[in-house]
Amino acid sequence: MPKEAIVRTIGVKKSFMLGKVPLHVLKGIDLEILKGEYISIMGPSGSGKTTLFNMIGGLDKPSEGKVYIDEVDIAQLDAYELAWLRCRKIGYIFQTFNLIPVMSALENVMLPMIFGGLSTDDAREKAKALLETVGLGHRVNHKPFELSGGQQQRVAIARALANDPAIILADEPTGNLDLKTGKEIINLLREMNKEKGVSIITATHDLKMLDVSDRVIWIRDGMIERVEDRENITIKVGEVEGEEAG
Amino acid sequence: MEQKKIEKQLSLPLKNAIQMSFRNMRVRFGRAIIITMSILLGIAFLMSVLTGNAFTMSLIHKGPEEIKVLLMADILEVKTRQVWLVSLSLLVCTVGIVNAMLMSVTERSREIGTMKCLGALDKFIVELFLLESLAHGIVGSIAGCLIGILTMTVVYLIQYGGLIIKIFPLGVILKYMLLSILLGTFLAVIGALYPAYVSSKMEPAEAIRREV
Repeated sequence: MPKEAIVRTIGVKKSFMLGKVPLHVLKGIDLEILKGEYISIMGPSGSGKTTLFNMIGGLDKPSEGKVYIDEVDIAQLDAYELAWLRCRKIGYIFQTFNLIPVMSALENVMLPMIFGGLSTDDAREKAKALLETVGLGHRVNHKPFELSGGQQQRVAIARALANDPAIILADEPTGNLDLKTGKEIINLLREMNKEKGVSIITATHDLKMLDVSDRVIWIRDGMIERVEDRENITIKVGEVEGEEAG
Repeated sequence: MEQKKIEKQLSLPLKNAIQMSFRNMRVRFGRAIIITMSILLGIAFLMSVLTGNAFTMSLIHKGPEEIKVLLMADILEVKTRQVWLVSLSLLVCTVGIVNAMLMSVTERSREIGTMKCLGALDKFIVELFLLESLAHGIVGSIAGCLIGILTMTVVYLIQYGGLIIKIFPLGVILKYMLLSILLGTFLAVIGALYPAYVSSKMEPAEAIRREV
């Protein structure tokens, strides 16, 4: 049985107005991401990576074309439904962690569950368990500024998993971390991906990410340059920086 | 393509909202103090004028004859000027609140964006800001009232001595106090409406990327 697509984009175009000149950031992206896949979107800065990423995450709507998340066309959704989608279907991880600074690790993880309608007690139990899973069981009551970058990102991963989303979107999750911590975070994401079957989509230019990805989507100038499967990736890791045409 | 229905509820229970805005005020204490001070000063001025009036009226009704005549003479003229001054000061205080709250919104834009990514509805964000402002309003108004009453009582004590204690118009002052607290709280919430609206309309992707 073929696997179900969790995200589909059909001819997605996006342009912004730069003063009076339209800037075409995405020039027609067709993409299908399956349930449980680990996808890396790679590309130089300015390639439209982040814009595509926002589109998939329901943070932005395309100028043209369609984006389906779990078979729902996001262009059709009103503000309430979009918020619901973000709350229940998608978990976000950011380069800058973006934990709420005034809340403890535990409360940060509880927040999306509270929004989702869980009672405080249930949310607390589940948040504790999640923090345990990401290896922070001993630091639940610490504030973000009392945690290291890697630990903050772990809290963010726990928070992203709070409502058992179908997709986790990670925007440069290792961008602010050193090599070793970055690797740990990538491995943790991979683990969660295997354990919980959640699709993980990362936008990155961290080549360490290639190792764990099921597929790598290369973006250049608002187009998909190439899509590589896992089998081909391992061979290419060594030459990836010199290689132009693929 | 058949559209799946989205029907589940999103919620932010009041208890959690209060907890969150309280936490916010504690951590960003400096800003909370500035906003509260703005209301405090406006209301203190209003209350001191009202208390002064209450004393004057009380003196006219219950005081000795010579004071009565003295006070009656300029009471009308003073009143119009007072209205202007008080209105102006309250206006300034409201503008101050709008300004401080707008800055607070900018400062917190990343936090707001994050919350929206986690599923916060626009109205949750508005609710948080209004709750905060409500607290500022209540605390600032009560403190302002007490300061206003106290100052005026001291001023009248110096001017008229122990007579003031005898004719202290407690009922009137309490009534004015209640009105002032209501007005101060109302102004604080009104001042926060626009900033709260601005914050709730932020696009999450943009709000997160904005560097402050």
